[in-house]
Amino acid sequence: MTTTPVIRIRDLCTRFGDVWIHRQLDLDIQRGELVSLVGGSGSGKTTLLRMVVGLLLPDSGSIEVFGEPLFGGGVARERDLRQRFGVLFQQGALFSAFNVFDNIAFPLRELKCYDEDAIHDLVMLKLSMVELLPRHGRLMPAELSGGMVKRVALARALALEPELLLLDEPTAGLDPDRSDSFVRLIRMLGEELGLTVMLVTHDLDTLAALSTRVAVLAEQRILAYGTTEEIMQVEHPFIRNFFLSERSVRALQNSGLVAAPY
Amino acid sequence: MSVARIEVIVREGGRLVRLSGRWTLATTSQRVAGLSAELNRVADAASSWDCMDIEAIDSAGAILLWRAWGRALPLQLSIRPEHWRIFERIHTAEHEPRAPTVPISPLRGAMIIGSAVIGIGRHLVDFIALVGQFGLNLVHVLRYPADLPRREISANLYKSGVRAMPVTALVGFLIGVVLSYLSALQLKQFGADVFIVNIIGLGLVRELGPVLVAILVAGRSGSAMTAQLGVMRVTEEVDALATMGVPRGLRLVFPKVVALTIAMPLLVLWATAIALIGGMVSAQLQLDISYGFFFQTLPRVVPASNLWIGLVKGTVFGMFVALIACHFGLRVRPNTESLSINTTASVVSAITVVIVIDAVFAVATRHIGLPL
Repeated sequence: MTTTPVIRIRDLCTRFGDVWIHRQLDLDIQRGELVSLVGGSGSGKTTLLRMVVGLLLPDSGSIEVFGEPLFGGGVARERDLRQRFGVLFQQGALFSAFNVFDNIAFPLRELKCYDEDAIHDLVMLKLSMVELLPRHGRLMPAELSGGMVKRVALARALALEPELLLLDEPTAGLDPDRSDSFVRLIRMLGEELGLTVMLVTHDLDTLAALSTRVAVLAEQRILAYGTTEEIMQVEHPFIRNFFLSERSVRALQNSGLVAAPY
Repeated sequence: MSVARIEVIVREGGRLVRLSGRWTLATTSQRVAGLSAELNRVADAASSWDCMDIEAIDSAGAILLWRAWGRALPLQLSIRPEHWRIFERIHTAEHEPRAPTVPISPLRGAMIIGSAVIGIGRHLVDFIALVGQFGLNLVHVLRYPADLPRREISANLYKSGVRAMPVTALVGFLIGVVLSYLSALQLKQFGADVFIVNIIGLGLVRELGPVLVAILVAGRSGSAMTAQLGVMRVTEEVDALATMGVPRGLRLVFPKVVALTIAMPLLVLWATAIALIGGMVSAQLQLDISYGFFFQTLPRVVPASNLWIGLVKGTVFGMFVALIACHFGLRVRPNTESLSINTTASVVSAITVVIVIDAVFAVATRHIGLPL
């Protein structure tokens, strides 16, 4: 097995106008890891995620996914590379003109390799993977609840059997109950399909339940990168605020990472 | 990366099919047809399947096998435990209750016509309600002048009035030139050169000026208003306003309608003036009609009542373009398709209504302002 990291970011610099978002940021994500990217508002988490999927270009530095650069080498190579990762957008980004079935079938149809019967089977399988029923396939995105939108978007992100899944705020806008079950679903599918997952989140419950490692983005770089326990040992005002505030401690106690006080 | 391979081993008691390599979307998608034909061929004679050498399998690969197996697991199958899960999933998905298919009703044709008629009826009712609401808002503002949404009206006046001046001027000027040029060619033949002033004056002031500007404004401001209201519906901004107790009629519809009702006659005046200048320039070049003569003759051959008809038409057009734009904007449902349908419908209906109203005006004012 090669040890090429799935995502390899080197010397990344980004700025919007006069404001530096990232300065010489380095990050490696190894195969099979579930990495949570945390940081304050406006620290450039979503920007970083959008760069990894090639929606934004950094001002300088390199991003490699599966050991290959995102751009260059012709349309076919770029498309093949993009088919190896799936993205779950914060609002789901379902195509509002298509129903649920067609939304999930869309990337499969774009491949132009499968007939409609096979696509039907695959879509039904994906629907059942995200714990939706066949009859939900006929609904339009506007008729779905927030939790269902996320599930359909996840099914669509998984349609092309990606090796890497990128999630932008997967539990934002979900109530705690839905958010728990969605996190459980992501973890289960992640293990079952052997996915590498990178997610941006604010939510400590999500972070504690999902991630094998945590990357803290602050001061325009990755301030700390390690398991949740390791991160909590780091002495830094932001990390202390983020992890040791009252709310956070409660969330972490629930997941057993911090001993409950007597 | 190793590809998906199929191997048939003939032995006592039947044929064994051994599958190996990677059965994933990446490795199989380019040769789905070939693989499934091959699988179907060997499946007929196969007695047992050995999948122990499969390195990786995902749902695309598994579905391929599942279909070759006739949608059930073969009786004799050896498979790695970590690959079991995917077939369990397929099995579960297969046995979930199918969505019942809705039968096509024999009265489908009648239903389509019926729902179209009901749809038109709803449009009319909604439009009348919108006009009524506008009337109520007008009364409200007259009674409580402090509630007049001044900033919104002013912003809309600027957006749909001032910003429309360059394009209406350009189009007006060119139409003036073209009309004058074409008329001059004909008039020259009869030696009736001086009548160019009558033709251009009456045509532009009474008819072309208002209609031209109304069509431009319907395309420009009407579509913008529909799209803006539509996106506000999509992003729930309209609902947010309602929950703050801000009446959407007064804050969203009223200023747009008032602003366009004020802006349109002014735009008509502006565009007509520029068009007359265009006509005048062209007449001078083509027929040697001096600017002085044109200026002197114009008020004599085009009675002032024509200008008033033009301006009143402009006012009515402006009001209807804005009302129609708001009507369709508020009907947008939260999806992109609905936004595009309603924006198109808004512009098309506005232009159609403008022309219908123009025809009504033409009939109603046929005894006014035409020198006999």
